[in-house]
Amino acid sequence: MLHKGKHLLAIGLTSLAATAAQAKTELTMYYPVSVGGPLTKVVDGMIDQFEKQNPEIDVSAIYAGNYNDARVKALAALKGGQSTQLSVMAAIDVHELKDLDAIVAFDDIVETDEERQWLNSFYPALMENSQVDGTTYGIPFQRSTIVMYYNKDAFRDAGLDPEQPPRSWDELVSMGQKLVKKDSNGQVERWGAMIPSTGYPYWMFGALAKQNGEVLMNSAGNETYFNKPGTVEALQYWSDLGSKYKIMPQGTIEWGTLRQNFLEQKTAIMWHSTGNLTAVKKNADFDFGVAMMPAHQQLGSPTGGGNFYIFKESTQEERRAAMKLVRFMTSPEQAANWSIATGYMGVSPAAYETPELKAYVKSFPPAAVARDQLEYATAELATHQAGRVRKLLDDAIQSVLNGQAEPKAALDAAQNQAKRILSRY
Amino acid sequence: MMTRFNTWLSTSAAWLLGLLWILPLLYAFWAATHPAEYATRFDLFAPLTTEHFVTAWNQAPFMRYMLNTVIITGLILFFQLILCTLAGYALARMQFRGRGLVFALVLLQLMVMPEILIVENYRTLAGLDLIDTHIGVGLPYMASAFGIFLLRQTFKGVPQELEDAARLEGCSRLGVLWKVYVPLAKPTYLAYGLVSISHHWNNFLWPLVVTNTESSRPLTVGMAIFGAPESGVDWPVICAGTLIAIGPLLAVFLLFQRRFVQSFMHAGLK
Amino acid sequence: MNRLSWLHAWLMLLPALAMLLAFTHIPTLTTVWHSLFFPERGGAPAEFAGLDNYRMMLDDTVFWQALSNNLWYALGTVPTSIALALAMALWVNSKISGRTALRLAYFTPTMLPMIAVANIWLFFYSPEIGLFNKVLALFGHPGINWLGDSDWALPSLMLMTVWKEAGFFMIFYLAALQSLSRDLYDAAALEGAGRWHTFRRLTWPLLMPTTLFVLVNAILNAFKLVDHLFILTKGGPNNASNLLLYYIYENAFSFFDSNYAATLTVVMLALLILLALLQFGVLERRIHYR
Repeated sequence: MLHKGKHLLAIGLTSLAATAAQAKTELTMYYPVSVGGPLTKVVDGMIDQFEKQNPEIDVSAIYAGNYNDARVKALAALKGGQSTQLSVMAAIDVHELKDLDAIVAFDDIVETDEERQWLNSFYPALMENSQVDGTTYGIPFQRSTIVMYYNKDAFRDAGLDPEQPPRSWDELVSMGQKLVKKDSNGQVERWGAMIPSTGYPYWMFGALAKQNGEVLMNSAGNETYFNKPGTVEALQYWSDLGSKYKIMPQGTIEWGTLRQNFLEQKTAIMWHSTGNLTAVKKNADFDFGVAMMPAHQQLGSPTGGGNFYIFKESTQEERRAAMKLVRFMTSPEQAANWSIATGYMGVSPAAYETPELKAYVKSFPPAAVARDQLEYATAELATHQAGRVRKLLDDAIQSVLNGQAEPKAALDAAQNQAKRILSRY
Repeated sequence: MMTRFNTWLSTSAAWLLGLLWILPLLYAFWAATHPAEYATRFDLFAPLTTEHFVTAWNQAPFMRYMLNTVIITGLILFFQLILCTLAGYALARMQFRGRGLVFALVLLQLMVMPEILIVENYRTLAGLDLIDTHIGVGLPYMASAFGIFLLRQTFKGVPQELEDAARLEGCSRLGVLWKVYVPLAKPTYLAYGLVSISHHWNNFLWPLVVTNTESSRPLTVGMAIFGAPESGVDWPVICAGTLIAIGPLLAVFLLFQRRFVQSFMHAGLK
Repeated sequence: MNRLSWLHAWLMLLPALAMLLAFTHIPTLTTVWHSLFFPERGGAPAEFAGLDNYRMMLDDTVFWQALSNNLWYALGTVPTSIALALAMALWVNSKISGRTALRLAYFTPTMLPMIAVANIWLFFYSPEIGLFNKVLALFGHPGINWLGDSDWALPSLMLMTVWKEAGFFMIFYLAALQSLSRDLYDAAALEGAGRWHTFRRLTWPLLMPTTLFVLVNAILNAFKLVDHLFILTKGGPNNASNLLLYYIYENAFSFFDSNYAATLTVVMLALLILLALLQFGVLERRIHYR
C-alpha cells in the first residue's frame, strides 16, 4: 500500500515536473542598439507578442548597450555560467564567435525542409556576413546599409535640382562645392557633405572602397586588402573632400552628433546608417531625401548591423525554442514592423511584400533605398580578431583625415600589422 | 585705488570661474526643459516643456538603476566603515609584531587602486560567480586604504587616558572602540562617508565591467548606455536623464554642504 | 595579556587585510603571472609566452602613444587643478561677496558623474553646433574641431578633467585654510606685509601638507580617470587621446586579450609603485612631525 502510494507520488511528481518543464522554456537574450529612438520599447513589444503566441516559452531580453557591450556581456554571461541561449550581436563578430567556440550553426538546428528553406529566405547580401564556408551562423535582424541623406531645401537654395542627388564621386564634389554656404565673414555656415569618421570609420570606408571596386577582406576573414591601389585611392578621395575640395570639415567627424548636424542644416549631405531614417524623419523640419551613395567604378555599400546567434551552451530544446523566437522576430510581418519603427531593412524580400511595408514604402519612398542598394552591397569588414584588425584600419583612416599620414603609408602599415595578426588563422 | 581695482578684478575672476564651473549643469537644465529645437540655440522666450523628462523616464528603468546605485553605495560604505574602523584602531593603538609591514601593505592600495586591476579582479569575481551582483560591484572597494589611514590618524589623536579610564571601568577593547573612539571620530566618519558616497555613486569603469543586466546595473552604467553617442546624441533627453540621475545626490549635498565642509575641517583632512 | 592583545590586533585587522589581499595584492601578482602567457584559444590551456607579450608591447606604437599621452595628461591636469583649487579655496575663504554660492558652484562637478556630464561636454565641443565654437564665432574665429583634431583632442579631455577635479581639491585646501591660526595673519598684517608676500611666506608653506596630499590624489586620478573617453573620443582620433587604462580596457574587453591587457597593467603598476616609493618617504616624514 505504502509502496503503491510512493509509486503514485513519484509518477505524479514526474508528470508535474514534465508539465513544468514544458510550460516554460526560459530564454535569455542580449541585444544592442546602435541607432536613435526608443528601440528597446519596440523590442519589448515584439517579445511580448511572441510570448503571447508561445506561452510555453519565456523570454527575457536584456538591452546591453552598443555592439561591443552586447558581445562582451553575452560572452561574460556564458563564461560566468549564467544561462543565455541567444543574442543579437554584430554580424561581423561571426569569426571571433566561432574561434571562441561559442555559437552553433543554424544548419544544425533546423530539422524540416521548410526550416531549411527559411534559411534561404533572406537577402543574399545580408548573408555574406552571416555564413562561413556555406554554413549559416547568423540570422539577419537589425541590418542596415549606409545611405546618403540630403537636404532638398539646401539643394534648392544652392540652385541644384532636389531630385537629382550626386550619383558619382565627381558630382559629389561639384555639387558639394555649390552646397557650401559661407557667411559674410567667410565662415562656413553649411558644409557640402559629412562622412562620419569616429565610431565606425572602417564601415564608411568599406563603402568608398567598394565604390572604387575593392573589398577589404576575404570571406574566410583571414586576409585583408587594406593597401590595394583602389583602396588607397578611396582614402585619398575621402581625405580630399576635406583638405582639397573643402566641402567637408577637416579632422574627424563624430558619428553620434552627425545626425544633429544634419538636422540643424549644418551639412547638406550626410552618409549614415539607414537605421537613423526614422529618427531623421521624425525630427527634420525641412524637406529631405535619401539616395544611394554615389558611385565611382560602381555603386556600393557594406551591409552592417546585427544578427541573431544561438549559443552552443544550450539544450536541444532551448535551441529549438530560440530558433522559434528568431523565426518570429525575422518573420516578414515583424521585419516589416521593425523596419517601419527604426529604418533598419526588412531582412527578406517577403517583408517588403507585406501590406504594411508596401504601404509605408509607397508613402515614404526613402524607406526602400537601403533595399535597392542591397544589389550593390558587400560584406562588412569581418575578420578573426575583429576588434584589433578594425582598430588598425580605423586608426589609419583617422590619421589620414587628420593630415598625419599619407593614405598609402597609413594603409600599408595597417595592412602589414593586420597580416601579422591574421597569420595564425 | 590699486588694491580696490585688484579686489574687483579678483572678484570678477572668481565669479567667472564659478559660472564656467556650473555651466554644464545650467546647460543641462536648459536643454532638458525646452523643446528639442532649442537644444543648441538659446532664446530667452523659448517655451518650457517637461516632455524630455517623460521620454527619458520611459526610456530607461531609472528607478531600478537608482536602487542598484543606492544598494551598491550603501553596501560599500557599510563594510568600509566596519573594516576600516577595526583596522584603523589596531594600527593606531595596538602593539604587535609586523605592524609596520601591515601598514605599508595597506598604504600600497592608495596607489594600486582597484580601477587599475579590473582585468584580474574580473577574473576573481567570475571565479566566485559574483559577476552581475551588487556585492560583486562592491567587493574590491570594501577595504579602503584611505579610510584605514584616515581613521588611524584620527584615533591616534584620541587621548590615551580616555581609553585607560574606560578599560579600568571594565570595558572590553571593542567596547572602548565603540564607546570612546567612534563617537570622537564622528566628523571623520562624516567626511569620509561623503567622499565614499560621491565616489561610488559616480563610479563607472568597474561597474561597467562587472554588471551585465538591469538587476545590478548602477546609474552611471545605465546612463552610459542610455546616452551612448552610437545611437545618435539626443541632448534634451540625455540632459533630462542626467538630471534625474544626479538629482538625489545633488539634493543631499545641498542639504549638507555646510556640515560637509565643517566635518572636513574637523577631520583634519588637510 | 600581551599575547592576547597580539591576537586581538590580528583579528581586528583580518577582515580588511583579507580583502586587500584578495583584491589588491594577489591580483597585482597574478597580473604579472598572466602577462607571461598567450591568450587561450578554443578551450586549449594557455601557452607560456615568456616575455613575448612584453616584446609585442615594445613594438606597439599605440602603447607608446598611450603612455606618452598619459604623461602629458598628468602634466597638463595635475598642476592646473591644484593651482585652480588653491585659488578657489582662497576666494571662498575670503570675504568675497556670495561666497556660499561660489563654493557650491566650484564643488558641483564633484557631484556629477563624469560619464553623464561627458555628453554635455560633447555638446560644448561639437564643432558646428557646439557652445565653444559659437562663442569663438562671436570673435570671428572659424572654430576648432575640438575632439576631431588630433592636436586638440587630448587638451580637450584635460580641460574636462580639470573642471571635474579642481572643486574636489578645493575642499581640502579650504579645510586647511580655515584651521590656520588667525594670530599669524594678524602679526603679518601688523608688520605691513602685502597680500602676495603673506601668501608666499605664510599661507603657502603652511598648506604644504595639503598640497602634497592633493598632489598624490591628482596624479593617481591622471591614471585612473578615463570615464569621459568612453563618450568623448574613445581614445581617437588615431589614438591622439588614448590613455593607458582605456587601452587596457580595450584590450581586455573589446579584443578579448586579457594577457596583453595584463602586460600593459604591469607597466601601469610599475609606474604607480615607483610613485608610491617616492611618496612613502614624504608621507612618513609628514606623519612623524605631526
